[in-house]
Amino acid sequence: MKVLVTAKRVVDHNVRVRVRPDGSGVDTASVKMSMNPFDEIAVEAAVRLREAGQADEVVVVSIGEKAVTDVIRTALALGADRGIHVDTDAELQPPAVSRALAELAVRETPDLILMGKQAIDDDSNQTAQMLAGRLGWGQGTFACGIEPADGEVIVAREVDGGTRRVALRLPAVVTADLRLNEPRYVKLPDIMKAKRKPLEAMSLADLGVAGDAGLTLLGVSEPPGREPGVRVADAAELAARLRDEAQVI
Amino acid sequence: MERERMDYDVVIVGGGPSGLAASIRLMQRAREAGQELSVCVLEKGSEIGAHILSGAVLDPRALEELLADWRDRGAPLHTPVTEDRFVLLGERSARRLPTPPQMANEGNYIVSLGNLCRWLAEQAEALGVEIYPGFAAAEVLYHDDGSVKGVATGDMGLNPDGTPGANHEPGVELHARQTLFAEGCRGSLTKRLFERFDLRAGADPQTYGLGIKELWEVDPSQHQPGLVIHTVGWPMDPKTYGGSFLYHLEDNQVAVGFVVGLDYDNPYLSPFEEMQRFKTHPAIRPTFEGGRRISYGARAISEGGYQSIPRLTFPGGALIGDTAGFLNTPRIKGSHTAMKSGMTAAEAVFEALTGEAAEAGAEVSAYPEQLRRSWLWDELYRARNIRPAFRWGLWPAIAYSAIDTYLFRGKAPWTFHHHADHEQLRAKDQATPIDYPRPDGVVTFDRLSSVFISNTNHEENQPCHLTLRDKDVPVRVNLERYAGPEARYCPAGVYEFVEDDSGNPQLQINAQNCVHCKTCDIKDPTQNIDWVVPEGGGGPNYPNM
Repeated sequence: MKVLVTAKRVVDHNVRVRVRPDGSGVDTASVKMSMNPFDEIAVEAAVRLREAGQADEVVVVSIGEKAVTDVIRTALALGADRGIHVDTDAELQPPAVSRALAELAVRETPDLILMGKQAIDDDSNQTAQMLAGRLGWGQGTFACGIEPADGEVIVAREVDGGTRRVALRLPAVVTADLRLNEPRYVKLPDIMKAKRKPLEAMSLADLGVAGDAGLTLLGVSEPPGREPGVRVADAAELAARLRDEAQVI
Repeated sequence: MERERMDYDVVIVGGGPSGLAASIRLMQRAREAGQELSVCVLEKGSEIGAHILSGAVLDPRALEELLADWRDRGAPLHTPVTEDRFVLLGERSARRLPTPPQMANEGNYIVSLGNLCRWLAEQAEALGVEIYPGFAAAEVLYHDDGSVKGVATGDMGLNPDGTPGANHEPGVELHARQTLFAEGCRGSLTKRLFERFDLRAGADPQTYGLGIKELWEVDPSQHQPGLVIHTVGWPMDPKTYGGSFLYHLEDNQVAVGFVVGLDYDNPYLSPFEEMQRFKTHPAIRPTFEGGRRISYGARAISEGGYQSIPRLTFPGGALIGDTAGFLNTPRIKGSHTAMKSGMTAAEAVFEALTGEAAEAGAEVSAYPEQLRRSWLWDELYRARNIRPAFRWGLWPAIAYSAIDTYLFRGKAPWTFHHHADHEQLRAKDQATPIDYPRPDGVVTFDRLSSVFISNTNHEENQPCHLTLRDKDVPVRVNLERYAGPEARYCPAGVYEFVEDDSGNPQLQINAQNCVHCKTCDIKDPTQNIDWVVPEGGGGPNYPNM
């Protein structure tokens, strides 16, 4: 079984994001960037499938500027076999990303595409669903368990109040939720070895994808600040203010 | 468990200005000589620059010597200093003083040292240096003959009690023919080397300062790119060494910082609160009104200078940068000297590794010899008496500095000495509590909201990296005798005295807040706190400090 894993480069989860003064987006200058944590879980899941003998190749793909190769190298250090960098300076939205991945899937013919359930920067949670739609494949989103079986994969999905198990005929698209696994630490010698693993570069245009049409970013703003709390003397004042000022009782 | 092993010619511990400069110079020498050389830089921060915090006004002298074409290579030196102001603050007053010659900054640049390091790392990698951020050197390794063999990175995935967790990954041994320790001020491995090789024998104790810095985006009307302001006086009492800096960078950004000498004697003093209070001064506050604070951090610096320089070499390795202590305190600059020391060590190490008598574990004494003949040594020698003179108080020190600088040109026939910072605290009943104003949420803030914007994090489930030699000392000595100074000097709110269930005070250590400034390791009165590296990648994630 061949597994294709996607990995997005995002602002590190420890960094407090800050909107640029002109509202054109989030300031990423000199900001620590990392692999989207859900993608890391997807990479770990893929590597475990290969270690268990259920997959024979793990290919990791990232789309974006040259710097996203860092994320690919990390995935290679975690155990992926080879990388594909789809080069573009454009900040793509899920429609274009899923289109590029669909083209790639046609070329690579993976049996399973593993993705993070969403990226922690835009929280769209759309790409996998669009991709499955474009390919006409089954999808198992929010996975907390993956068991490949004969020609299919059993996915335990996180749903409200429990898990739902679904069987998907391969090829399929599966997205990783938080509880799927706890990714391993990257080992220092493996970082060095990852430098020698194959990393293929192609442009977005090579895949015949132009970018996002019909989407315009209007502006980005921070949530409004919270008003500071006030201290009241007693229950009577609290009740009075809830009634007269807040008008909630 | 057997650890994996990697072999290099040179391993450098720390990806700051000195370590990166050393790595670049090593590769340059190797290329000139047409030789292969393997050089590895370990960095405990999650990326290069993540733990770098400095003012910073950079004297480009060492950079010029390292990469003369730094302009063409796009080094992030964007803001030349255009104006220097030296101001004496009273509680309500601000008086311009003539700028001391050490503090004149013509030809210097206001930079983010973190960004400079990121750029240096790119240059180093292009030359073939292997840089591994996110891995902390936790242990020095020795050969049987006692010489340094290299370092080991810390284990990842340990439980709080030190036992291996589910994802445990043992550390890796990095063996090297020479190991350069470039840990920055108060390096945790350097401390071990000091003891093992008695490197501080004959040197004065190191004396330190704690610098607390914020980065602001200010109202454009308050911004003057290239402006450098230093203040002395208020809010420090005349006996306490300390002062501020305000550097106007590009893009309406202003770096503001306050440095307090860690030889202060009042256990009630809080460097963090002094920094906050400083911003409320009528001459300072307008700069920040209408702006927003975008980053916060803190770092100790070595202020001892010339007298406090330890022995720099030992069999198998050497100390470079601020872990040895090359800061020029009157100039408030140490990046250029840190880089110079790294470059000088690199040249000597390269000779030692490739020369006739090359052998692993040798002591490269050519490094200190060459350093003594360099401009670094002369610069630090001339500056040596200024910092100790501040023991007499602000005015006598300013007067003495003028005499030392103008009359003796730094070559007075005497040398003043330093004392250890942790021995300076007075007992609480001999000290006056300080009443600090509450934060206003506009220009002044509390510790926790500050640490929040330093992007600090540590994997929660790991052994505490702030270790206590005796767990009873915090309450029995620190609290009872000194009113718990760690709760005040820590700029990140790591140390808190809380009551246990039976109402007895106990020390709570919030290690995940630690910004790796090392102040506790320095100032703890009985040296009971031992700062060791946490899991690699933990600590602050400074964007451009």
